[in-house]
Amino acid sequence: MKVWVPRDAAARALGADEVVTALTDEAAKRGFDLTIVRNGSRGMVWLEPLVEVEVDGVRHAFGPALPSDAAAILDLSGPKALGPTDDLDWMKRQDRLTFQRVGVIDPLDLGEYEAHGGLAGLRRALGMSGQDIVDEIKESGLRGRGGAGFPTGIKWDTVRLAEAPQKYVVCNADEGDSGTFADRMLMEGDPFSLVEGMAIAGLCVGATKGYVYLRSEYPDAIATMQEAVRRARAARVLGADVLGSGRAFDMEIRVGAGAYVCGEETSLLNSLEGKRGIVRAKPPLPALEGLFGKPTVVNNVISLATVPVILEKGAAHYAGFGRGRSKGTVTLQIAGNVARGGLFETAFGLSLGEIVDDLAGGTRSGRPVKAVQVGGPLGAYFPPAKFATPFGYEEFDAEGGLIGHAGLVVFDDGVDMVRQARFAMEFCAVESCGKCTPCRIGAVRGVETIDRIAAGEPGLLPLLADLCETMRDGSLCALGGFTPFPVMSAVTHFPDDFAKAREAAE
Amino acid sequence: MMRARALPFRKRPMTDLADRVRDIVADHAALEGPLLPILHAVQAEWGHVPEAAVPVIAEALNLSRAEVYGVVTFYHDFRERPAGQHVLKLCRAEACQAQGGAGIAKLAQARLGIGWHETTPDGRVTLEPVYCLGLCACGPSAMVGDQVIGRMDREKLETLIEGLRA
Ligand SMILES: Cc1cc2nc3c(=O)[nH]c(=O)nc-3n(C[C@H](O)[C@H](O)[C@H](O)COP(=O)(O)O)c2cc1C
Ligand code: FES
Repeated sequence: MKVWVPRDAAARALGADEVVTALTDEAAKRGFDLTIVRNGSRGMVWLEPLVEVEVDGVRHAFGPALPSDAAAILDLSGPKALGPTDDLDWMKRQDRLTFQRVGVIDPLDLGEYEAHGGLAGLRRALGMSGQDIVDEIKESGLRGRGGAGFPTGIKWDTVRLAEAPQKYVVCNADEGDSGTFADRMLMEGDPFSLVEGMAIAGLCVGATKGYVYLRSEYPDAIATMQEAVRRARAARVLGADVLGSGRAFDMEIRVGAGAYVCGEETSLLNSLEGKRGIVRAKPPLPALEGLFGKPTVVNNVISLATVPVILEKGAAHYAGFGRGRSKGTVTLQIAGNVARGGLFETAFGLSLGEIVDDLAGGTRSGRPVKAVQVGGPLGAYFPPAKFATPFGYEEFDAEGGLIGHAGLVVFDDGVDMVRQARFAMEFCAVESCGKCTPCRIGAVRGVETIDRIAAGEPGLLPLLADLCETMRDGSLCALGGFTPFPVMSAVTHFPDDFAKAREAAE
Repeated sequence: MMRARALPFRKRPMTDLADRVRDIVADHAALEGPLLPILHAVQAEWGHVPEAAVPVIAEALNLSRAEVYGVVTFYHDFRERPAGQHVLKLCRAEACQAQGGAGIAKLAQARLGIGWHETTPDGRVTLEPVYCLGLCACGPSAMVGDQVIGRMDREKLETLIEGLRA
């Protein structure tokens, strides 16, 4: 009998390892021959640990599993038996491209990876010129999934055309935004797709060395990526002779040290070089003077892990999803106070309301939704009145927000938006790299000002708005520059909370 | 607030420490930009980055002490003093706030009798804030060592803390 129990950190945080022990014991008791595969997560976090059992070649889901469910799981009975996994609504409604293998395969089984379409993109890339690869990526419409949405093909072309004895590919796996976990799930659930994407990037731009800068808060992802790189090297997917092509590409995993700002690409490069994670002024662009001053591709995990499927299925296939200038799929991460949270990969264009009310099923607490923060700690808070906004780069920008890394954090009506605005300023103060004054000092003043507003001085709201303007216009990077998004969206869309603060103080 | 108990290896003579740090630096000689990996390795061995390690690393990498010290202090992960026996990290970020994280943090502080970044007087537990563990759909989340915990509630927390203090 074959059973899958995820090794994903979210599944483990909810007791997956204990379920494995219970299943092993129960099978031994029955004299069953049980094979347990530790797969990635299917992304239905509210059902984790989600156990799957193979019946006549079809995987049946069971969850959320407790150790005490072991007998029921092996019998596939009881209220937690959910039927075939692929027939579940959450799975059926997705367009899984980047996440096609996550939750399906054993993440570290290179043979299974290949059997499910892996390495097809790299093989194709080996027969293409750098120019051809760039054209393909440009045609796919892929834009950076780390936050800024810059076209990936254009970035690669700049690095490709730069003349230098050494170039680098750097993967930004710092994933510090609250409400985001797609990078983690991908690295834990299908690490070879990131390895493959980085190798393709290296071949394209002429870089022989890659680094993954992975945050220290992700010990499981670190271990999985390190093992994947070892195995890829042993199988000659990496090394001096990539798949027998005579061309070289190798990579290393580097662990961050708990600084949010190191997700900003220039700060990240300083950190990789062994320096303080201080933001660099741009220009020069990292594409021209990046790691150790050499031309460097810096891309997010999801951007890079999407490259193999684009080359496997063709640019037109990928560009066939999405709307307007937001092409392809987006890996939504639905988090916070929701009935159904997790990862949902779909074409761009769903409305915010469809995501929150329909997919997420509203709040877990059962209370009305009051606010949704989209795009991490630097993203705006959206009220239900803006739920018609379609999920896309330009559409969110037009509403005074951003999609960032596509994380959504839902709050019920118990949330106090004055406190959320204060937290945004506090977070910026704690995490500022200290290089520019608007961010370093502005955030501290911001906390003080909001405290005074909360204590009954509503007259200070214009001062707060001024301060936000200074931070937005004068900060060196988006940490200070975008902190005004959550702050001002709270002020603008939830004026009652700020008025209440005054009443309470009076 | 009392500091955590000194760990036994602090009694080792300084020359031992310097030798061991030099070995660690040598192990990382092949890396480009080796300082962060070295500091992680030093911290893995001593539980913090001992002051005496800084000049040794600086000399070996041909950097100034101030540069190395500046890097140690920049990153939240590197400690200048040992932590308690267990480090309990609680997520303070937005998605966990939306799921009741603040109440969990308050309870932890009350039960342990300490604030953020502090260690219980018996040296058992250090409490640290963390901003997102990537478990945002099953918060509030926590971490002890490398073990992650989701859907933290009052009962789970009480049991956890009891275990850590035992
Ligand atoms: C404060 C700050 C934090 C950031 N954190 C991340 C991060 O954790 N991951 C990421 O991919 N990009 C992050 N970014 C964006 C990067 O600077 C950069 O745009 C991105 O890595 C480029 O890759 P992409 O084009 O594939 O998105 C951050 C930016 C700022 C200003
Ligand atoms: S916000 Fe707490 S785990 Fe992400």
